[in-house]
Amino acid sequence: MAGGAQSGMVERRGWSLWLTHAGLILGVMVIAFPIWLAFVASTVTQPEIVRPPMPVLPGDQFFENYRKALVAGVNAPVAKMLMNSAVMALGIALGKIAISLLSAFAIVYFRFPGRKAFFWLIFLTLMLPVEVRIVPTYEVVAGFGMLNSHAGLILPLIASATATFLFRQFFMTVPDELVEAARVDGARPMRFFLDILVPMSRTNIAALFVILFIYGWNQYLWPLLITTDPQMNTIVMGIKQMFPSGDDIADWPVIMATSILAMLPPVLVVIFMQKLFIRGLVESEK
Amino acid sequence: MEKRVTFKGWLLPLLLVAPQVAVTAVFFFYPAGQAVWQSLFIPDPFGLKSQFVGLGNFEFLLGDPYYRASFVTTAIFSSLVTVVSMGVALVLAVLADRLIKGSGTYRTLLIWPYAVAPAVAGVLWLFMFNTRVGVVAWYLGQLGYDWNHVLNGGEAMGLVVVASAWGRISYNFLFFLAGLQAIPRSVIEAAAIDGARFWTRFWTIVFPLLSPTTFFLLVVNIVYAFFETFGVIHTITSGGPQQATTILVYKVFADGFVGQDLGSSAAQSVILLVVVGVLTVVQFRFIERRVHY
Repeated sequence: MAGGAQSGMVERRGWSLWLTHAGLILGVMVIAFPIWLAFVASTVTQPEIVRPPMPVLPGDQFFENYRKALVAGVNAPVAKMLMNSAVMALGIALGKIAISLLSAFAIVYFRFPGRKAFFWLIFLTLMLPVEVRIVPTYEVVAGFGMLNSHAGLILPLIASATATFLFRQFFMTVPDELVEAARVDGARPMRFFLDILVPMSRTNIAALFVILFIYGWNQYLWPLLITTDPQMNTIVMGIKQMFPSGDDIADWPVIMATSILAMLPPVLVVIFMQKLFIRGLVESEK
Repeated sequence: MEKRVTFKGWLLPLLLVAPQVAVTAVFFFYPAGQAVWQSLFIPDPFGLKSQFVGLGNFEFLLGDPYYRASFVTTAIFSSLVTVVSMGVALVLAVLADRLIKGSGTYRTLLIWPYAVAPAVAGVLWLFMFNTRVGVVAWYLGQLGYDWNHVLNGGEAMGLVVVASAWGRISYNFLFFLAGLQAIPRSVIEAAAIDGARFWTRFWTIVFPLLSPTTFFLLVVNIVYAFFETFGVIHTITSGGPQQATTILVYKVFADGFVGQDLGSSAAQSVILLVVVGVLTVVQFRFIERRVHY
């Protein structure tokens, strides 16, 4: 803007630079505000919340509220729900990566009957969210007796081929010389797969793992349908179950402590594995 | 695209694809087929047998004012979520792109809400606007504005839009910033030498060069607003008041599981399948173009 045109063209100097920082800091604050408020609410007492306005700085009930949530919760201990979420998120991430690596290897490195058909089946599953076919999928899972089970939480959500598609794209870029060398050395296909292809894909695997972990952890509709037993609830869907159905006032400090606990694992993953996260995000949307 | 060099044999590859074929067949294709099949029937109230009605369920849906209202609600909701989240993200990305140092720090500070589940975001915003304890609702009350999204459909819509757009800003910011940083500095500096001010440069050079990113985000955000915002709606409004926030996905759930109207719910699933299909085609078309860009 003003001033920029003379000195250093598009580089920002002086007040223009400060204005840019001010705008960004304002943005960060507005975006972080709901989470700050939730954190404060998780450290104060119920009476402090039900008499608005609530405090804007944390109170001294941090340990009390989190202990209460983790050990007792409302319907089920939050520690148990965290466990269920971890099993679900890891199951989806690892399960999907495993079956996708195998099938991508098959369609890229072999010519077999039905390969074309298989390829099209993969294409069809891209971008079809579970939300669209909930009723029949529920019936299938119920038919297998998998309601209120970890398998029931995991399997329907790994039934899509996005990851297969990604690994196929990556395998296509692996130089042919490696296969030739492996074949000259008399290596069997599975040796080549385990000793060369999988180690070469480790960055892609890790990036995909980050994305799938967040995806699995944050599922809501599916666990809501199939886990009627509070002991099987995942934390993300369990929060809503903590609200009383009638006119009673919700136990806000415990609910907010649970909300913070529910967002902590995926948020930490994004912050500490930022490079992998961004890579995974960009690649899975290509 | 094919590999020149491959391994021999057909038994091993079939075994390798078997797990994926099994899982996809049982949990994807069979249910999707069932959705199409069930959409042609009306089950009797006891669930003992069902009557074939052909396209009757679809005819009924398209004539049903509630379903048509849900379509309109979905259109308004997803447009607002897309515009709000992309608009805010673009402003922040343009600001961050102006920095020579420090844009990485802001990126870290801005992207982590992506990891907050829509359902959790719903609870956070519900807490702020709760009619009894919500701090924002309370301050609005002090200013003389009586906030009540439980009764007021417009306020309910506003709240679910903001809660849905909030976490999405991170995602859009990330892609916009990457898009902006990919624009060659020399182009912008050349325009600056020609005397073009910031806004002129933005609208005549930066924004057009950013259009592949913008189109891509448009499709992705619409898909997000259609399908992944269920958690926000369910936690904040449960589709109310008077169906003011009942988007299509929420209606599939409400009719199928709460109302037990399986035929109608299945028909709605099929209509959504078509919507997703169209969006997918649009996206693939566009991505093809982007590759040749």
